[in-house]
Amino acid sequence: MTTAAQKKMNTAQAINLALHDAMALDESVVVLGEDIADREGGGVFKCTAGLSTKFGTGRVKSTPIAEQAIVGAAVGGALAGLRPVAEIMLMNFTTVAMDQIVNHAAKLRFMTGGQTHVPLVIRTTTGAGFGTGGQHADYLEAWFAHTAGLKVVAPATPADAYGLMLSCIFDDDPCIFIENLPLYFVPGEAPEPGVRVPIGKARIVQEGSDITLISYSKTLHDVIGVARELAKEGIAAEVIDLRTISPLDMDTLLASARKTGRVVVAHEAQVDFGVGAEISARLHKELFGQLKAPVARVGAARSPVPFSKPLEAAFVPTRERILAAIRETLN
Amino acid sequence: MSETQQPSKAVLLDIYRIATLIKRADDRFIELIKAGQIASPYYSPRGQELIPAAISVNLKASDYVVTTYRGIHDQLAKGIPLKPFVAELLGRATGTCKGKGGPMHVTHVASGLPVTTGIVGAGLPIANGLAWASQLKGTDQVTVVNFGDGASNIGAFHEALNLAAVWKLPVLFVCQNNGYAEHTKYEYGTGAATIADRAIGYGIPGVEVDGNDAVAMWQAASAAVARARAGEGPTLLEANTFRFRGHLMGDDSHYIAKDEMAAAIAADPLPRFRAWLIAQGHASDGQLSDIEATNAAAFEEAVEYALASPYPDVSELAKDVVAEGAQA
Repeated sequence: MTTAAQKKMNTAQAINLALHDAMALDESVVVLGEDIADREGGGVFKCTAGLSTKFGTGRVKSTPIAEQAIVGAAVGGALAGLRPVAEIMLMNFTTVAMDQIVNHAAKLRFMTGGQTHVPLVIRTTTGAGFGTGGQHADYLEAWFAHTAGLKVVAPATPADAYGLMLSCIFDDDPCIFIENLPLYFVPGEAPEPGVRVPIGKARIVQEGSDITLISYSKTLHDVIGVARELAKEGIAAEVIDLRTISPLDMDTLLASARKTGRVVVAHEAQVDFGVGAEISARLHKELFGQLKAPVARVGAARSPVPFSKPLEAAFVPTRERILAAIRETLN
Repeated sequence: MSETQQPSKAVLLDIYRIATLIKRADDRFIELIKAGQIASPYYSPRGQELIPAAISVNLKASDYVVTTYRGIHDQLAKGIPLKPFVAELLGRATGTCKGKGGPMHVTHVASGLPVTTGIVGAGLPIANGLAWASQLKGTDQVTVVNFGDGASNIGAFHEALNLAAVWKLPVLFVCQNNGYAEHTKYEYGTGAATIADRAIGYGIPGVEVDGNDAVAMWQAASAAVARARAGEGPTLLEANTFRFRGHLMGDDSHYIAKDEMAAAIAADPLPRFRAWLIAQGHASDGQLSDIEATNAAAFEEAVEYALASPYPDVSELAKDVVAEGAQA
């Protein structure tokens, strides 16, 4: 008998499946964004393909290119009892809608004294590697994680994308759901139907006792590759996929850091003022004097995302740079 | 709906009741600030009372009203209960938002007031979402979103009107054009001859009306509300008015020519409406005085309640950030 777990699926398909399942489960789930209906092609990355045909163009609405209008409609819909999933095609475009996200979605529960809440998901994708240049590939998760009231997730596998999408849709607060463009097309283990991945729970990808490697989204796969190389040298790295950036799963991070005494955080976003800085600060506060080396951070170069292939390849946290940070931390 | 339709006497008196309640609230709130009983920025709606008063009598309890930091007139017109309303203005635990919103962000969901934004123009895209939900659920709810003339120059206005037109949403976009965006006079900040003209760009009706004329305002609002309820889509309603007490309390309106201000105050819509009601035989002076006295008594009761209410406990800082039980 073939179980779902033995099947392969890529992340774009997993997200599509999660949206189908959520819409079938609850008619308050609605989807909106640019080009997302089947008339427009079911989304530029096909993540919403088939939804409008199955659930109708009332619940699945293509929008003009107007990010404030998209997120604003999602906020209003959420206030009125819907569970909107708004697609902001690329993460850089969220900057156009920051007022709606930061001043409204994130704050209305608090500012109304709990009279309202805003159960919406903003799906957005990003990531270097496809030559999209300076305004189509930034990782801005730290901007959102810095804002009280928002949850931020960044899955690295199709199964987590599916499970976290379901959790975010049925969460009662706004979630920023960060997808990675190159990862859309990488096959992985298919999700178990209906199985939700809890928000705020990291996953230990592999256990190890020599060093803790913390990552998420696409960079996780580079970290796993580096960990395999280290294993050949007899170095046992514990690899943690954060999955949720905010709220941070500090229990898992602290337990691992206590065990290994050495930590490297790697992400594709800029290092300065980033998620790695937050994790480092928290680990140093809790484990001051117990760590064997300072927490190291690896991220993108301090520049806008470049176009030219060799520049783009050097911009991201390469395996070489991740490995160099690990060696420094081990020594 | 015919333009010549007239509001009934009962409707006219209700408009008067609401408008004078707003004026009473505004006067008293300013007194409380001056007396040092409240420390708060305050954006007075004095002069603009008839607009929400004349709109609200066309609305149902289930309809939504979205407004801005200059919004107590819109909230009172929608029927927010006075005690928790004043308590919210004073930052008390018994306020509609437990004191967490304050004068700039008074909301009361049970009265159909889910959003009061401090960001110019931001209410319009959210109003679309409220209306989208009504459209999907097949209710006949209407969403009214209020904003000033200054908001028609920000991108959110244009994105929202366009989306509402394309989706044919039951929204009434109400521009309360008081002639000044903060300190900037209309013509120094706005290229269009009228805000209503801007509707042409989105293929929706744009209606200009004298917001200081209760009957004209009622007629324009009832037509636009009926259009929205019938599923015929949004309307941009430009209600021309004037702002008597500056942008923010403490602002001396130095940027407004003295004769312009004097003419506006001489044409104060409230005494004008009062005199008209009597002249038309809709009410006696005594009847209107009774309405004013009833408003004043009810408001004072609310002020006393609010002043006697406790401030929120500091533990409230950690509450309502995310759902109870979830990690923020």
